[in-house]
Amino acid sequence: MASVDIRGVEKQFGATKVIHGIDVSIADEEFVVLVGPSGCGKSTLLRMIAGLEEITAGEISIGGKVVNNVAPKDRDIAMVFQNYALYPHMTVRENMAFSLKLRKAAKSFIDERVNRAADILGLQPYLDRYPRQLSGGQRQRVAMGRAIVRDPQVFLFDEPLSNLDAKLRVQMRTEIKALHQRLRTTSVYVTHDQVEAMTMADRIVVMHDGIVEQVGTPLDLYDHPVNTFVAGFIGSPAMNFVSGTLRRSGGDAHVEAAGGVKLPVPGSIGGADGQGVVFGVRPEHLDLASDGAGVSAKVIVVEPTGADTQVFADVAGTQISAVFSERHAFKPDQMIRFQPRPDSVHLFDAASGRHL
Amino acid sequence: MAVALGRQAAPRRSFVELLDDRRVLSVLCMLPAVGLLVTFLAYPLGLGVWLGFTDTKIGRPGVFIGIDNYISLFDDSVFLLSVYNTLVYTIVATILKFGLGLWLALLLNNSMPFKAFIRAIVLLPYIIPTVLSALAFWWMYDPQFSVISYVLSKMGLIDRYVDFLGQPNAARASVIAANVWRGIPFVAICLLAGLQTISPSLYEAAALDGANPWQRFRNVTVPMLMPILSVVLTFSVLFTFTDFQLIYAITRGGPLNATHLMATLAFQRAIPGGQMGEGAAIATAMIPFLVFATVFSYYGLQRRKWQQGSADD
Ligand SMILES: Nc1ncnc2c1ncn2[C@@H]1O[C@H](COP(=O)(O)OP(=O)(O)OP(=O)(O)O)[C@@H](O)[C@H]1O
Ligand SMILES: [Mg+2]
Repeated sequence: MASVDIRGVEKQFGATKVIHGIDVSIADEEFVVLVGPSGCGKSTLLRMIAGLEEITAGEISIGGKVVNNVAPKDRDIAMVFQNYALYPHMTVRENMAFSLKLRKAAKSFIDERVNRAADILGLQPYLDRYPRQLSGGQRQRVAMGRAIVRDPQVFLFDEPLSNLDAKLRVQMRTEIKALHQRLRTTSVYVTHDQVEAMTMADRIVVMHDGIVEQVGTPLDLYDHPVNTFVAGFIGSPAMNFVSGTLRRSGGDAHVEAAGGVKLPVPGSIGGADGQGVVFGVRPEHLDLASDGAGVSAKVIVVEPTGADTQVFADVAGTQISAVFSERHAFKPDQMIRFQPRPDSVHLFDAASGRHL
Repeated sequence: MAVALGRQAAPRRSFVELLDDRRVLSVLCMLPAVGLLVTFLAYPLGLGVWLGFTDTKIGRPGVFIGIDNYISLFDDSVFLLSVYNTLVYTIVATILKFGLGLWLALLLNNSMPFKAFIRAIVLLPYIIPTVLSALAFWWMYDPQFSVISYVLSKMGLIDRYVDFLGQPNAARASVIAANVWRGIPFVAICLLAGLQTISPSLYEAAALDGANPWQRFRNVTVPMLMPILSVVLTFSVLFTFTDFQLIYAITRGGPLNATHLMATLAFQRAIPGGQMGEGAAIATAMIPFLVFATVFSYYGLQRRKWQQGSADD
């Protein structure tokens, strides 16, 4: 097991630069999730750690040793691919044993390792099958088995669950997390699914267009997003944003949105009087208010999920969503009033998107 | 008018209904193919085999003589030499074609500038009519005007022009070289197609598993290429074994029958020699070899165990 240090790493494909200087330090035994929208460079960064892509600039070190010029096979890392990349002509057992066989390990040692991995992953009944004869979830497990028999310094995962159905995805998510708690191997996990990131990560790295927007624990990112991108990306359903102007009078403050709608914010919040801002509040931080309090909203759709009720409504021409744990049977076009929880609202500078 | 139409439509409708029957439809659909096969494959084949059991000569219908033709072939040293030549020709040429073809396919599979252009060039030997390239080889192998000899002597490697087609073994090597040159594009392009179906992530997984380039080739490329390799191998062996044009245009079987293949000998005996029965017998004698090659490859072609099971990915 080892730490991974990424310092000033850039990547260029021909003339196009896709990664613009990334600095991340991953501690030993840590489970770090790289998350971001499609095309932001997550896979590219992961493949640079693996040694499958050249590093254009900067340094990557594993266990304190710079690996820029170390071949993939000498980096002692294992990777689980999105398409699993199982060898179709080898049985499950041979797939898992392949790396140890190349290392000329003793037969008894290989058997022991393969059996141990098969036990952990529940693959014993399938050891003599070929990948084609397995379901998607079983293949996914074989791919993980192939990684853990190696007992490598670092595990790399590139969207390993994206080919599975929703239910299996949740189950495998838990299994991977449990596996990490058991093996404690440093892991870098790529996904574009923020729920996966939130539930699995010790720390999350939010990427966007080839840069890191924010690094932190899941709750850190949820509570203290540094900008509108992170605020909108982390959390589900996504945070609501309303543009407006900050108005201060005495100790009080509010955001004046289109049509003169006033959104109350705590007086202690940052930002200057008259500044263009984006007001942000998560759907779960909106309460229903009685007449006179909060802001008025016109109901568009109500979506009950059983566990909670999601309400979409129009506030000052912007669509807002709110989640209530109680059940409500609002009608479309009904007028209701939302009250944002004062300590859970966020203000961002309209121009830069930075948190105020 | 309406009545007339209705009456006409009735039988037609029943014919259409007949077509709805799967059995009738499948027999109908197979008829043209069966007819073509019988006319153009089975009939000439049967006639050839039949001729082999007769003493037919050109201009004289023969009578059935049983296996006399085959018995005399067994004592015919030229025939036995042609069998030997055919086997040497097929085996050596196939090994070379596959060795070089695979090498070329691996080269072409790498990213390189002008990829499409280079691939098109590789196909050239295959596009040129065989007779034309055979003539070119014949000229290149000419004892006096050979461009190969010319170049070699200018480089000071030889002091006398090589007699490519005058000595038995030199002549064999020369026609094999021509066959290899002509056969490589087919092998290379087919194998290239096979290489391109191998997912790059398999190579990446193998690299991370610790495989060096040779181990990746052994453990990923070769097994993944096996299915297409056996198909191409079968066809290549069949084409090479039955080769006629190249030999006939370059050496006509000479010198001293050293390059006579079974196909050229059969033709030689049957048409210029007039011994239709004997020629047909020689040609028929190729069938067991071809059947053996086909059966061999049939087993090679069977879906491997790892290819069975669900078809999805
Ligand atoms: N081999 C390549 N040549 C040129 N550009 C590439 C190459 N590989 C990736 N890119 C570009 O680099 C950018 C980042 O790609 P990358 O695969 O890292 O995205 P990602 O974050 O993994 O996205 P996804 O979630 O869709 O997998 C993309 O804009 C992509 O077009
Ligand atoms: Mg990706």
